[in-house]
Amino acid sequence: MTKTVERPPAVRVRPVKAPSPAGDRRRRRLTDHLRAYGFLLGGLICFALFSWYPAIRAVVIAFQKYTPGSDPEWVGTANFTRVWQDPEFADAWRNTLTFTLLALLIGFAIPFLLALVLNELRHAKAFFRVVVYLPVMIPPVVSALLWKWFYDPGAGLANEALRFLHLPTSNWSNGADTALVSLVIVATWANMGGTVLIYLAALQAVPGELYEAAELDGANLLQRIRHVTVPQTRFVILMLMLLQIIATMQVFTEPFVITGGGPENATVTVLYLIYKYAFLYNDFGGACALSVMLLALLGAFSAVYLRLTRSGEEAA
Amino acid sequence: MSSSTRTLVSPAVLARPRGKAVYWTVFTGVVVLFALAFLFPVYWMVTGAMKSPDEVARTPPTLVPDNLSTAGYTDAWELMQLPAHLWNTVVQAAGAWAFQLVFCTAAAYALSRLRPAFGKLVLGGILATLMVPAQALVVPKYLTVADLGLLNDPLAIWLPAVANAFNLYLLKRFFDQLPRDVLEAAEIDGAGKLRTLWSIVLPMSRPVLGVVSIFALVAVWQDFLWPLMVFSDTDKQPIGVALVQLSQNVQLTVLIAAMVIASIPMVALFLVFQRHIIAGIGAGSTKG
Repeated sequence: MTKTVERPPAVRVRPVKAPSPAGDRRRRRLTDHLRAYGFLLGGLICFALFSWYPAIRAVVIAFQKYTPGSDPEWVGTANFTRVWQDPEFADAWRNTLTFTLLALLIGFAIPFLLALVLNELRHAKAFFRVVVYLPVMIPPVVSALLWKWFYDPGAGLANEALRFLHLPTSNWSNGADTALVSLVIVATWANMGGTVLIYLAALQAVPGELYEAAELDGANLLQRIRHVTVPQTRFVILMLMLLQIIATMQVFTEPFVITGGGPENATVTVLYLIYKYAFLYNDFGGACALSVMLLALLGAFSAVYLRLTRSGEEAA
Repeated sequence: MSSSTRTLVSPAVLARPRGKAVYWTVFTGVVVLFALAFLFPVYWMVTGAMKSPDEVARTPPTLVPDNLSTAGYTDAWELMQLPAHLWNTVVQAAGAWAFQLVFCTAAAYALSRLRPAFGKLVLGGILATLMVPAQALVVPKYLTVADLGLLNDPLAIWLPAVANAFNLYLLKRFFDQLPRDVLEAAEIDGAGKLRTLWSIVLPMSRPVLGVVSIFALVAVWQDFLWPLMVFSDTDKQPIGVALVQLSQNVQLTVLIAAMVIASIPMVALFLVFQRHIIAGIGAGSTKG
């Protein structure tokens, strides 16, 4: 008897709610889902219209004769064969691949070495980081126009510098065999800041004890780089490399602004050719056939990149 | 001096006289290299615009302009209609930023916290677009924008900007890590989903919102191919496209002045927020 009196009254005041019928709960879940999709709607529409649909459409139009305003016709693989037989096709792929390779040699080695040196400097750290990233913040169009002026055969700074050093002058972007290298220099100058900063961050994560241990074992500077620095940052090096390949395979601004694809098609890239097919030849079928080819190749690189970053995250 | 972190070269070696000499030689070398490679081109551009048309074409060139004239800058401002093109760029960048903040944040919040049906599938579809390099799809994207009647309209920049899987994923991952109990407490206090997003989630997400904002602004300001395609109307073009289109028809000094003016906004933004931007780039790479 006394026990019931001692019970706290709060329990009795709030009656236990009867379990709601299944239908009610389902309706509740449905409004939850609807509300969630309310939040998602704007983003989903944009992704659908400007990412998913264009990806499908590229493949569809690649097999069509497509002119805006008139009905598309199915033409089988005619676009692919026409593009394939275009003499510029081989030039564009050769230039793009050469550009990517040169960008890996020049545009990857230089920021890599620079980051190694910067990591050793103990003064003016902030200054170096700001200055190396400055060109990245200059609009690419301005960088391209600036270097076009430097490469000018008349009063261009590039030849003035060579003359000052008593070296033979060069045709730079105006010579068929030097044009591509000249563009790689521009792209490296404009973009290396990002690579340097990312690699610097990776270098700072290398544990100092490893260098100490290597030193005790008698490893000299180069051996320490080879056996400590490189293996410790291998993952970031690989990631940066893949990112750079993906980016340089899509190069457009530099050849468009500086050389216009010339001289003698020496700097026509795949993306430039896509642009020409669409906006000069009005041949959207051919442009999409080219896009699909570029997409397949870059998609493979991206897949490797994403797989690497995901496995890296799991390991971390 | 952060001597606590050991790098390639040991502090003991650096303390020796020979080590010190090598260190300062390398240091000076790097300073000179940076000044020549990165600062001198900028100096050359800023002063080149102040030279007279004769002087800028002179060989050997003058290191310092004979007399500093601002005619290049004022001519560029007026002849190339820079105020109008700068305004176009500002409108395009600001709109893209606002659209991205509203729609990407809402979508990321829904995917992170509201568990919609097929949420995993939607997220997969969004992440799959990371595998498709943007530039390779410009032609079909252009045709879609043309079908929607958005050519020469800032919406052609704003709406595709929302389809940015990288920024959306950045936001979603940040929301995933917010403490669960704070959000649940808000719910118990009777806050709706929108209210929770606005008064709890967003104030806690300032760092990531800053990073996404900078990425969004820089992306629009630096893009060239897409605005070149969608703005055939000269009056609507952003400054980058206008510079290239007009570069053939103006004097070199005027063009250089216009290039300097076009660079100022982003360089200024960078100098103001350099700490955050540089820290963000480093952190973004190691944390994924």
